Amino acid sequence: MPGMKTNHASRDSSNNAGDCCASGVVSAQNENKIKEICREFGNDRSRLMDMVRAIQSAIGYVPPEYYDLIAREAQTHRVEVQSVVSFYAFLSDRKKGTVIIRLCNDIIDRFKGADAVAAAFERELGISFGQTTDDGHFTLEWTACIGMSDQAPAALANDTVLTNLTPEKVPDIIRALRENPDPQSLVTECGDGNNAHELIRAMVNNNICKRDEVLLGEYNPGAGLKNALSKTPEEVIDEMKRSGLRGRGGAGFLAGLKWEFTRNAPGENKFVLCNADEGEPGTFKDRVLLTERADMMFEGMKIAAYAIGAETGIVYLRAEYAYLRPFLEDTLKKRRDAGLMGISVAGKEGFDFDIRIQMGAGAYVCGEESSLISSCEGTRGDPADRPPFPAIAGYKVSPTAVNNVETYCCAARIMDKGPEWFAAIGTEKSAGTKLLSISGDCERPGIYELPFGVKVSELLEMVGAPDAMAVQIGGPSGQMIDCSRFGRAISFEDLPTGGSIIIFGQDRDLLEVVDAFMEFFVDESCGYCVPCRVGNVLLRTRLQQIRDGKGVIEDLEYLTKLGKCTKRMSRCGLGQTSPNPILSTIENFRPVYNALLRRDQTGFQKSFNILHAIEDASELTGRRSVIFHA
Amino acid sequence: MTETLKITIDNREIAALPGQTILEAADAAGIYIPRLCAHPDLRPIGSCRMCTVIADGRPQAACVKPVSDGMVIENETEELLEHRRNLIDMMFVEGNHFCMFCERSGRCELQAMAYRFGITAPQYPFQFPAKTVDASHPDIMLDHNRCIMCARCVRASQELDGKNVFQSIGRGYTRKIGVNGEKDLGDTDMDVNDRAADVCPVGCIIKKRVGFDVPFGQRKFDHKPIGSEIEEACHV
Repeated sequence: MPGMKTNHASRDSSNNAGDCCASGVVSAQNENKIKEICREFGNDRSRLMDMVRAIQSAIGYVPPEYYDLIAREAQTHRVEVQSVVSFYAFLSDRKKGTVIIRLCNDIIDRFKGADAVAAAFERELGISFGQTTDDGHFTLEWTACIGMSDQAPAALANDTVLTNLTPEKVPDIIRALRENPDPQSLVTECGDGNNAHELIRAMVNNNICKRDEVLLGEYNPGAGLKNALSKTPEEVIDEMKRSGLRGRGGAGFLAGLKWEFTRNAPGENKFVLCNADEGEPGTFKDRVLLTERADMMFEGMKIAAYAIGAETGIVYLRAEYAYLRPFLEDTLKKRRDAGLMGISVAGKEGFDFDIRIQMGAGAYVCGEESSLISSCEGTRGDPADRPPFPAIAGYKVSPTAVNNVETYCCAARIMDKGPEWFAAIGTEKSAGTKLLSISGDCERPGIYELPFGVKVSELLEMVGAPDAMAVQIGGPSGQMIDCSRFGRAISFEDLPTGGSIIIFGQDRDLLEVVDAFMEFFVDESCGYCVPCRVGNVLLRTRLQQIRDGKGVIEDLEYLTKLGKCTKRMSRCGLGQTSPNPILSTIENFRPVYNALLRRDQTGFQKSFNILHAIEDASELTGRRSVIFHA
Repeated sequence: MTETLKITIDNREIAALPGQTILEAADAAGIYIPRLCAHPDLRPIGSCRMCTVIADGRPQAACVKPVSDGMVIENETEELLEHRRNLIDMMFVEGNHFCMFCERSGRCELQAMAYRFGITAPQYPFQFPAKTVDASHPDIMLDHNRCIMCARCVRASQELDGKNVFQSIGRGYTRKIGVNGEKDLGDTDMDVNDRAADVCPVGCIIKKRVGFDVPFGQRKFDHKPIGSEIEEACHV
């Protein structure tokens, strides 16, 4: 993401007065702080993510002059520390401002005016994005989707979410932050529901537009868990399978089957991981579940733990949702106090279970389950090879069930209301309801809980978008469809989605959308495998040439072949889906490309600029070309 | 007696052992599947994707995918050959590879792979990225212009040398191989006799003062294409 690039572009602020560590001199005070932090995490290498996050919180960044110390304390090597710090967009090896303003750059935010907001911030602070003010107070950065597309343009000021930004609000924000550098002071009015909870206090709104009976309807806390504990683990797994619950993250694997594999896999310690790293641009439904249904999610995790025989659960919470952490920790504490976690959960002898929260640090790829596991183990979030699947060898090489927030919520409800109740909702192959995050050009963006099988046309009517030109189903990694396909249904067997639905009106430049999506994938690729690392860059470069009017008709074949190769040869889900914005628009919106392309009879490449090509040579020789010159 | 499995590669049935990867089984049967990051002495990681085959209908990196009885594998299909050619092109344009004056020419696996696939020039535009050369170590040079991020050096240092000289840093297109020292390779405990100094498939890790020890024309791939050692030494 731009955050990655800007990390290195940020202005060197090492001359800041009054900062003990910015000068590059190792201080005893910082050394002690670092040692204390590492001790707090048991000097355990697998908690390196937490250590560097905590060090950054304490010092403001992770200074390279302490890599050796951190490595010693964490019982690893300095290059491993560098490897982790350099991987995550929210970790930095350079001093940044007291307040880091990260403005969301996804296409929804841009269409809602993020660029004008950015210009206002730049004007107000006298710096560009990627830079830090000379007084060390502010850093401006772009960031990928922060899960606020229904209240765009949005930004993070450190951990505090700023929503519905306008250029007019910016001077007041900066003035307030100059007076009080705690961004939380900007929250004068809280959003609805638990957003006003004393441990959240966010200006975020839930925007729940449609409730159904599974997730957002009436809920009897604890009923599912109680029911589950009255059965054997095998019976619980059987009920989960009978319910037809498929993973809500996108891939749609049967949750009960996954639990069964994990239960049957040999291994002493088993783990339940909850993926709360929704990073697909345009997705924000887990944000609302975490805010309003945290107990339901924890209950689902406990049911899973009982079913597979796990004693430890981990919620992997994306860094963008750090503002929810105190609330979630408190919810866990209350559950522990009530005997719903810890030793003999809910009075069940021999069922010990506890949950910890692992914070992410800004990496979309960590939503991929094997990357998520790598990240929980304190390393960079490179995906792993499968097999072995996490069910056999996941977290710490132990059998691990990884499911999405929404999946665990569904599990809690299934154990309360029964598998038949759940299976009767939705379609035959897609049981239950789906939480959809609707954003873009519509009257009522927000959260919609709808049974699987709902048609796109019905959805558009519901959200107030009768005139949509295109709908992006499943975020950038999904597909963009045109109006001839609005009769299709949201379901695993027709139009699958992890929850992101973005609507584009008639006046939008669709190739600007595609370009933004490709920028996202280029920024978020981990770079491990060749096709994803290089293929996405080549795809985007050629797309930009077409947008610049330098495309020829043959470029469509080039893009199609390159896109198919990248999908086919890439190692994980990121590269296997990243060419979709290009491929699905070439298929469904061919005229948009055709309008920019023409067949060049000369056979020359329009993208080749001879004047540009000989610039370096001209400069080096100090002579201009006799034939080619401006 | 060890149980033997049967697998099929491009309609040819071969024997395989349980626990073998597709690549190992194919090698033993004299079938060459192209690879760059895989190395017989190192744990496979499937990063170059050159060895991608279609195993029972799904794309899989042959170097990491274990065989199973009855597995049907496609290797030299037109589609896969084209994709592999594309990957070679990608590796050429993402770095700065000038074979004509590279010391590794003739024994470079990337160059040899390109020749095996009949590539004379890449189809993609050169990116000409700005990369660095690290000559700080007394005996070894590190030329990042030629690195293909296969991570053989990372694994060799850890698995064979019992050290941790290299690791990947950064991410995405700017990902690179970092060293376990304050600044550069000279700050590490790398030794010229480490196996990590020998496993680089390209001209990124170069030993000083021994360049051109074998003249051009007499080098490994000057006479036979890469992979022929496997195709000629069939153990079946």
